[in-house]
Amino acid sequence: MSNAENKVSYIGLIKNGIFAENPIFRVALSLCPAVAVTSGVKNGFMMGLAVLFVQVMVNVTTSVVRKFIHPKVRIPSYMFIIATWVTVTDLSMAAYVRDVYAQMGLYIKLIVAFAIILSRAELFASKHKVTPSFFDGLGMGIGFLFALVIIGFFRELLGKGSLWGYPIVNTKPLLIMILPTGGFFAVGILMGLFNWIDMKFFGGGGASGGGH
Amino acid sequence: MEFGRLFELFIAASLINNFVFTRYLGLCIFFGVTKKMDTAIGMSVTFTSVMVISAALNWIIYKFIMIPLGLGFLEIVIFIGVVAGFVQAADTIMKKVSPGLYYKLGIYLALITTNCIILAVPLLNAGEGYNFIQSMVFGLGSGIGFSLAMIIMASIREKLELADVPKSFQGLPISFIITGLIALAFLGFSGLITL
Repeated sequence: MSNAENKVSYIGLIKNGIFAENPIFRVALSLCPAVAVTSGVKNGFMMGLAVLFVQVMVNVTTSVVRKFIHPKVRIPSYMFIIATWVTVTDLSMAAYVRDVYAQMGLYIKLIVAFAIILSRAELFASKHKVTPSFFDGLGMGIGFLFALVIIGFFRELLGKGSLWGYPIVNTKPLLIMILPTGGFFAVGILMGLFNWIDMKFFGGGGASGGGH
Repeated sequence: MEFGRLFELFIAASLINNFVFTRYLGLCIFFGVTKKMDTAIGMSVTFTSVMVISAALNWIIYKFIMIPLGLGFLEIVIFIGVVAGFVQAADTIMKKVSPGLYYKLGIYLALITTNCIILAVPLLNAGEGYNFIQSMVFGLGSGIGFSLAMIIMASIREKLELADVPKSFQGLPISFIITGLIALAFLGFSGLITL
C-alpha cells in the first residue's frame, strides 16, 4: 500500500493502480461496467478511456480545491465535481463517437455513481498535491481500462470469434459469452484466476475485497 | 387508465429487464449486502421505497423545471443532487420520527446515495419519456425486481457457507458465477411480454 507517503514515486502510483489495487480484480469496486460494457474489446476500451479521463480530471480538480472545501460538505462537493466531469464526457462522446454511445450511453452517465472515482477523490486526491493526484488518477484509470479490455478480449473472442470487430477464428462461437450470463462468468473466473496467481506467486491472502 | 399497459411495464421492469440480471446495474450493493438474509431484506425495503419516491420527485423536477428552462443536458448533476438531498432528508426525518426504523434501516440509507440503480431509474424515465404514473410504476417494478434478485442471492449465499469452494474462488468469484447461472434462468423471461 502507500506507506511511503513522503516520497511517492509516480511510476509506483501507476503500478499500484494496475496491479496491487486494480479497481476491478483486487479492490472489487465498480463492478457494474465490468460486466455491462465488455461484450467486445472496443466498448470496453471506450468505457475505460471515459473512466480514465473522468478519474484524472476529478483527482486534479479535487486536489486543486481541497483547501477550500469544508470537511463537513466534502462528499457532496466531490459528487458535484464528478457529476460535472461526467456530463462533459457524456456530451463529448454523444457528439464524437456516436456508434459506441448508442450502445452504452446509459453506462457513461452512470460513471457518476462509480465508487472507485469517489473513493480515490476521498482517499487520495483530498490529501495530496496536484501532481501525485494526477498520477494516481492515471494509474487507477489505466488499471480500470486494462481490466475492461481483458474481460472484453475473452468475451469477444469466445462469444463472437472476433476482436475489435475483426473476425479472428472461424469456429462456431460460444453465444453464451456475449449474453449477460457470460459477463458474470468471465468476471468470476478472471477474478478467481487473479486470486490464484496472487496466492501462488506472491503469497497473498486470496479473496478479493468485500465488494462495494 | 390503461391498466394493462402499466402492468406490462411493471413486469418488464421487474423480470424481463431485471436490473441485476439483464442490465447489470447495482452490482456493488448486490454483492455487498447479500451475505445475510436480514440485511438483504432490509436493503430491499429501503431501496424499493427510495426508488419510487425518487422517481416521482425527479419526474416533477424534470418536467416542470428542467424542460421549461432547457436544462436537459444537466440531468446527471441535477438528478444526483436531488437523490442525495432526498436521502439525507429521509435520514434526518427518520431519526427524529421513528428511531426504531432508523436503527434498522438507517445504515442502508447511507449507502444508497451513490448507487447506480437509484440514478438509473430517473435517467431511464427521462430518456423514455414516461408520464408521472408510468415513472412511479417503473420505479416500483425495478425496486421489486432488485429485491427479488437480492433475496434469491442471499438465500443461495447462506447455503454456500457450507459448500467446499476452491480457495481462490471463495467470496466474490463464486458469487459472480452463481449470478451468471441465475441470469441464465432469467433469460427465460425475455419474450414474456413484447412491448
